[in-house]
Parts: sequence; structure tokens; C-alpha cells
Amino acid sequence: MADVTLMKTPAETALAQAFDAARTTLPGNAESRAQAFEQFTARGLPHRRVEEFKYTDLRALLREIAPFAGLPSADEAKAALQGSKAFGGVAALQVPFVNGHFVREAVDFHGLPEGVEIVPLREALANGHEWLAKLSPVPWASDNPVYQLNTSFMADGLMIRIVGNVETPVHLRFVTAAGSAVASATRILVVVEDDASVTLLESHESTDGVNHQPNDVVEMIAGDRSNVQHVRLNAEGDKALALSTLAVKIGGEANFNSINVVSGAATSRHQVFAILDGANTNLRVNGATMLKGTQHSDSTLVVEHNALHCESRELFKTVVDDEATGVFQGKIIVPHHAQKTDGRMMSAALLLGENAAMNNKPELEIFADDVQCAHGATCGQLDEDLLFYLMARGLPKKEAESLLVQAFLGEAVEFVENESAREALIGTVENWLKARS
Amino acid sequence: MLEIKNLVVQIEDNRILNGLNLTVNKGEVAAIMGPNGSGKSTLSYVIAGKEDYEVLDGEILLDGQNLLEMEPDQRAAAGVFLAFQYPLEIPGVGTMTFLKAALNAQRKARGQDELSTPEFMKQVNAAAAKLEMPKDMLKRALNVGFSGGEKKRMEILQMALLQPSFCILDETDSGLDIDALRIVSEGVNSLRSPDRSFLVITHYQRLLNHIVPDTVHVMHGGRIVRTGGKELALELEANGYADYREEEAA
Repeated sequence: MADVTLMKTPAETALAQAFDAARTTLPGNAESRAQAFEQFTARGLPHRRVEEFKYTDLRALLREIAPFAGLPSADEAKAALQGSKAFGGVAALQVPFVNGHFVREAVDFHGLPEGVEIVPLREALANGHEWLAKLSPVPWASDNPVYQLNTSFMADGLMIRIVGNVETPVHLRFVTAAGSAVASATRILVVVEDDASVTLLESHESTDGVNHQPNDVVEMIAGDRSNVQHVRLNAEGDKALALSTLAVKIGGEANFNSINVVSGAATSRHQVFAILDGANTNLRVNGATMLKGTQHSDSTLVVEHNALHCESRELFKTVVDDEATGVFQGKIIVPHHAQKTDGRMMSAALLLGENAAMNNKPELEIFADDVQCAHGATCGQLDEDLLFYLMARGLPKKEAESLLVQAFLGEAVEFVENESAREALIGTVENWLKARS
Repeated sequence: MLEIKNLVVQIEDNRILNGLNLTVNKGEVAAIMGPNGSGKSTLSYVIAGKEDYEVLDGEILLDGQNLLEMEPDQRAAAGVFLAFQYPLEIPGVGTMTFLKAALNAQRKARGQDELSTPEFMKQVNAAAAKLEMPKDMLKRALNVGFSGGEKKRMEILQMALLQPSFCILDETDSGLDIDALRIVSEGVNSLRSPDRSFLVITHYQRLLNHIVPDTVHVMHGGRIVRTGGKELALELEANGYADYREEEAA
């Protein structure tokens, strides 16, 4: 077979130039960056003939690469954070990021809640901090091009260590407020020690009308008997192209509960890569996505059961209005040794717009013989009989629809344990519905 | 007053109502009896405004307003209430949320202020107590996990709260045991008033022992074929609908 040299797209060329320019100035191990970028370059931006990107063709979607954002000034950071509203009513330790950069002066390092240690990634990379060895807890995530790009360009972020029962939620507040489009690559590492518990909130906001391109990776190592409640909100601006990855390795007898709620961004893709690495662990990954206009949102999930007796539950609810497109790709992997696995994955979509689309791709890859696994996927419209029932009681059509949509998404949101965070998410749903009618 | 004139309705090319005429006066309790498939439930859905039915001819006037030109929610605000034969379960929608939304939507449509939460609670609790409803029913999602009898009680509770002027009870007795039938009937009877009319649809005379009608109509073949007093129900119970079927055959 003849060698084929693929033509680089303008975006790929721009990425190569950006990497060349940045490689000498970015902190940390230049070799591992170069390796990641080489891996990325070998295949380029993933397109529709790459199976995992069939429904989210990044080669087509990423026409231009925005310049990577520099460190914001203290005033810029302050102004950006003033406009941030996500999880407003939730009492939490605020850990803000502006344009992908950790805002050091916003955190009182001496007044952190007991059991919380944080190390800015920029400094850790520069001085070779020992926790860096804990990065990339999910080995096969390194195969993913979005992850590779983050590894190539990661300039800032945070490493957090949780010891014991931390009552105060930790809120990672990401705000992109630059006036013109910027790209960012932030990496967060959260190490939750054995027997520790924490609620981690993550919110992503950016200015409307600007084509920001954030690519965030949150990695977690959850120890044995740990309890992690992770609540993520995508409230990005209406032109953003937001890529994100959650990569977690969970020990035995632990509880890990993650939800991603999406109402923002023109295009978004959230990838969850999870390894259940100890026996008797419970994992729940939920999603609640609301799309309108021409929005496109992709939830991609790979769960590997790597131990006995673990239970995983995935429930993704997507509401698609107008001409928007939703994507769900979920895969549960059960190798030979992960007997007694109990996995259930469900994706349900409600199509409100006549030209709305949903692509569902649930997969099971099972090699063990004593397991219970199930998956389901549905696409449907609002039930006419239920609508009639509500209208016959006096609710105007839009109100009746809103009530049913709220109930539909509510099933995914109700697992959020923190009451004020849950209420904030319900508020997001209500606002989305209000904007609709 | 409800007036139905020459109502012709079909669903997917099946003619169900065939020139139906019916008048229910203010304060009147009218019963409609008839064999299966005579069009009783269709009539109730068409009055309430379900979309699936195609009205080919005729009109339905409630106090002079043409219901056929109104959406179901507008009909509800105008005073129509349909107690469903099979009340629907709505997972994720709290009963109280639903009740409050319905009540306030109707008040809004009539130009009234929204009810305050304490006043709303007071009304719901009073209505629930009358219907001997356990309090936890109100805390659950609407009709989810309710028994048949509980669902019917929930319908009557809604009726009591919404205070409609024209109530349709579509086979409210089906699936009820004797105690539930008594409670539901008492709930309905307590709502009888000179300003409120009822259309009680049933197969059996049994319900009419509890909710005593002023008039009884026999429906057959999509039309009212006979009208009489409450004694007509007893006659039907004794003789069945055979007479009407023969009439049709002849």
C-alpha cells in the first residue's frame, strides 16, 4: 500500500504552530508534552470516520484555532468573576479560574477547610511536584485526541488533596471572559484519600457571542471507602466550543456520583472515562442536557469494571429543541475478572423540535460470565395524553410542556445530594424553559 | 348550561358520534348510560378538548360560549372539568406542584390573583380530609403508585379545588370498591349546587344510587336515544340495553 500523507487542515497547522511557539515556555516536562502532541499529530483532529467521533466531527467543527489565553491581570480576573453566577446560592470553597488560569489571589491558602490541600499546577509543573506522578490515572485516556491536546497545552490548573470528611463543597469556578476568542487547556487533579469524602462542584461560564475554545480535564483518584459527589455545570456562552474530560480511578467500597448538566455552548463534548479499581464500589454517572437552536452536545462515557462486585448506573437525559443535536455514546467494559458486575446504562431523549436530532450509541463489552448488565436508549416526544391531562386541568400548553420537561430532567438531577446545588440545577432547568416559552 | 347540538365526531374515519343532541341545565345532574362502544367516553373527551377527535359538525355551548373553538386549558378555565376514567400517572411531577400550577393557571386565566401558599395548603388539606385521603398521597408524584381508588379520589380532590361549573365524571365508579365508591360519591354530592352541573357517565345503575341524577339519558350508536328520570336507570338495570340494539337492527 502506498504511503499516504494526509494534508493538514488549517486548524491542525495552527495547532502545530501554537505548540512550536509554546513548547519552550510551557512549564514542566517538555518531553511528555511533545509525546502527547506527537500522538495527536499522528492522527490529527478526529473526524466522522473515527468511530468515537462519528457524531462530533472535530475536524469539521474546529475550523480555526483561537490563540491560547495568557494570564489575566488581577483586575481582569476580578471583573470576570464578578459576572459569574453559577451555583450562586451554594456555600462552598471558591476556587476560581479565569481564561483557564487559576486565580491565586482569590484563594486564602491559610484559611482552607480542614482536609483540603491545594497546589497550583503551574508551580507544580515548574518545580516537579511529587503529586505530578498521579496525573493520568486512566491509562487509556491518553489515546484520546482531546485528552492529548490538553496534555500538550496544559498551562495551568490545580492539584487538590482531600483527607477525611470535608463538609464544605469545593467549587471549581471556570470563567472565560476574554473579549476575543481564546483557547485554554486546564488540568485539575483531585486526590481523594482512603476514607475521605468531598463534594466537588464545577461550573463553566463564558461570554456570549465569542468563540471560546476551552479544553478542560479533571482527573480524580478516589481512594478506598471514599465518597465523591461531583456536580458539573456547563453554562458556557452561546458560541463556545467546549471540550471536557473527567478521568477517574475509584478504589474499593467507594461511592462516586457525577452529573454533568449542559445548557450552554454552541458545541460541547464531555467525556467521562472511569475505572472501577476496587471491589464493591458504586458508581453513578448522570447527565441532563438541554439544547436549542443549532446547539450540539455530546456525552461520551467509558466505564471499565476492573474489580469484583461493582455497581454502575448511568442515566442520561437529553432534551432537544429546534434544530439542535444531542449525542450519547456509552460503553461499559467488563473484563474476565470483574465477576458479579452490575451495570445499567440508560439514555433517554425528548425531542421537542421537529428538526431536533439525537444519536444514541450504548455499548456493552462483557467478557465475564457472571454479570448483570443492561442498556437502553429511547427517543421520543412529549406524551400527548399527559399533555392533555395537564391542559384539561387548566395549564396552558407551554406550561404543561415545561412541567413534563422538568420532570423528565428531574430524574437525572434528583441524585445530586447537596440540596442547594440540586436547587441551583433545577433553577438552570427552569430558566432554560422560561427562555423557551 | 351545556348545550350540544347535532354533534358529529369521527376518529380515524370511524364515526363515533352521530348527530348527538343534549342539554344539561344549570344545577342539573344528568346521567348518561349506554352499552360499550356507544360513544360515551368520546363525548367526554370531545367536551374537554382532546385533539385526536375530528368534529365534523355541530356545536357545544357552555353558557353560550363555543367550546369547540377553545383549547383544553381555556375550556378548563371556562369551567369544564373531566374526571378521567383512567387518571394518568405523571412521574417526576409532584402532586402539590401540579395542584398549585393548575389552580393558579385557572385563576390567572380568569384574571384572579394567584393563591398564597398558606391559603392553597388550607384548601388542599380541607379537600383531602373530606375525601379521607392519607396525607402522604399528596407528597408523592401525581398518581404514581396510587391504587385505582386513590386515583379516582385524586380526581375528585382536583374537582373540589378547581370549583368547575360543568363536571364530567367518566365511569368514575369503575375499579372502585364499596367504601371508595361511597367516599367518592359523597365528595361529588357535596359539590352539588344550583350553579354546577354534572354529566355522570356510567355503565351501571349502582353509582346512581349514590349520586342520584335528575335526568337519565340512554346513549346508543353515537346518539341520545332516550331520556327520562332516575327511574330509567332502574329499568335499564332490569332489562339491559337489548331493546336498543333491536331497535337499531330493525
